[in-house]
Amino acid sequence: MKNILAVLTVVAAIIAFWYAACVPMNIKGVLDQAERAGTEVSPATAKERRDMGTFGLVASNTFAIADTWAQDRPRLPAPHQVAVELWKTTVEKKITSKRSLIYHGQVTLSATLLGFAIGTGLGILLAVGIVHSKVMDMSVMPWAIVSQTIPIIALAPMIIVVLYSIGVQGILPKAIISAYLSFFPVVVGMVKGLRSPDHMQLDLLKTYNASTAQGFWKLRLPSSLPYLFASLKIGIAASLVGAIVGELPTGAVAGLGARLLAGSYYGQTVQIWSALFAAAILAALLVALLGLIERLVLKRMGMSA
Amino acid sequence: MTNETTPQASSPQAVVEARDLNLVFETNDGPVQALKDVNLTINKGDFVSFIGPSGCGKTTFLRVMAALEHPTSGSITVNGMTPDEARQKRAYGYVFQAAGLYPWRTIAKNIKLPLEIMGYSKEEQDKRVAQVLDLVELSGFGGKYPWQLSGGMQQRASIARALAFDADILLMDEPFGALDEIVRDHLNEQLLKLWARTDKTIGFVTHSIPEAVYLSTKIVVMSPRPGRITDVIESTLPKERPLDIRDSQEFIDIAHRVREGLRAGHSDD
Repeated sequence: MKNILAVLTVVAAIIAFWYAACVPMNIKGVLDQAERAGTEVSPATAKERRDMGTFGLVASNTFAIADTWAQDRPRLPAPHQVAVELWKTTVEKKITSKRSLIYHGQVTLSATLLGFAIGTGLGILLAVGIVHSKVMDMSVMPWAIVSQTIPIIALAPMIIVVLYSIGVQGILPKAIISAYLSFFPVVVGMVKGLRSPDHMQLDLLKTYNASTAQGFWKLRLPSSLPYLFASLKIGIAASLVGAIVGELPTGAVAGLGARLLAGSYYGQTVQIWSALFAAAILAALLVALLGLIERLVLKRMGMSA
Repeated sequence: MTNETTPQASSPQAVVEARDLNLVFETNDGPVQALKDVNLTINKGDFVSFIGPSGCGKTTFLRVMAALEHPTSGSITVNGMTPDEARQKRAYGYVFQAAGLYPWRTIAKNIKLPLEIMGYSKEEQDKRVAQVLDLVELSGFGGKYPWQLSGGMQQRASIARALAFDADILLMDEPFGALDEIVRDHLNEQLLKLWARTDKTIGFVTHSIPEAVYLSTKIVVMSPRPGRITDVIESTLPKERPLDIRDSQEFIDIAHRVREGLRAGHSDD
């Protein structure tokens, strides 16, 4: 109960700060509109207002504060504006509508999940290779690290262009960008997990004259699961970012990334923010789902420490 | 130094024979002589304890028998084979200081681990699990997970795991080192009974003098830097040993000789 109160306090503080930030961010736009509508504002001309500090403007036009939270195209939309937009574009719109965030969300989600599956599979395979082969350990790991230092925003258009030129388009290029981001945490976590059994455990298998494959299936793989789940949670969030980034340079017509891009073309800040929130909520749901699976699996395996 | 060499070097009874065994570890601080000129014969059915301060090579010698370490020079045979061949023939079961049970397997499934690896049939696995659980007095605990058992019970389960396949040698590396004295006494008593019933040859590493004297038919006293054998004591205690044998004069005399051997090893450095 105490915890809930603390959480709510933090949330309330963030929302209060957000509302407060809307006032100086949007005041100029509000005053410009008011002037055009014939209301008296001080100072009277846009030029004079431009040279003034925003806090000064707020102080001399306190009547306009309420309007900073209700503009059509604010620089910074107020929380309730975003909430209303989210409600309208998820619950009230039909899922088939091009303006439904559910529709755009599931486009992005399918690329995310496909990319996540490819990335996880690749990550696990690489980790198995790295743990069992010294050559792979020395040759693959540096490249995996280097691959993550290249900004994905620079790489994404190239991946899409190259794939397009060989006839691959649709969901796959986006999924590959997702996979590119999500394989790395899986490799790192899985390598650590597969190496987590201590010397005694490995010696014990040796005394049984167990094969490498038996050691892998009976000891290394089960031991690695807690590490794998930690990595998967990072990986799925990275996958979602990858899918969204993959939608940006293609002029995609569907997906949360496309929604962000369209919003910024037309100055629809409320649309941008609601797409951002939709992405954040989607990521939170995916991570929570993985967390739930993790709890169930590890509890079943007696490893829920 | 009184390295013992049994005169009838290759009697049919000998299970382990070490001759002029040397093992040098290369470390960052230079070479470390873990074993120096070790000669030892272990006969079938012996209960041999290795005792000495840390660094005396007692665990290393056990690991050489198990082919987990390889000697730099000298020879060692286990059942007449090299330790590696013996390991491949699954000649011994090894019990470590920690039970090392897999948390995701029940006790029964843990005991089945070596049986699965060695390819025993399902029915055979079940039969053997029931047998060894009974042997270590854990019947009825097969379905429990390791965390549901006390430390002493976990260690018994790990002994059961080492007994489950037909190895006639049992190598134990300070198996009760992490347990309190009361549990330890109890497990020592049980171990003797188990040894009497199964007729195995046991190699047992410890740094407790009473434990070594109580359990062993042969006590190997070792000392460090370099790791070597300073004394080999054939116990004169009867095979039947109630716990209060530890108050007998005979027991105290043997313990005294062990202590002397340990002291002699120390005065060298």
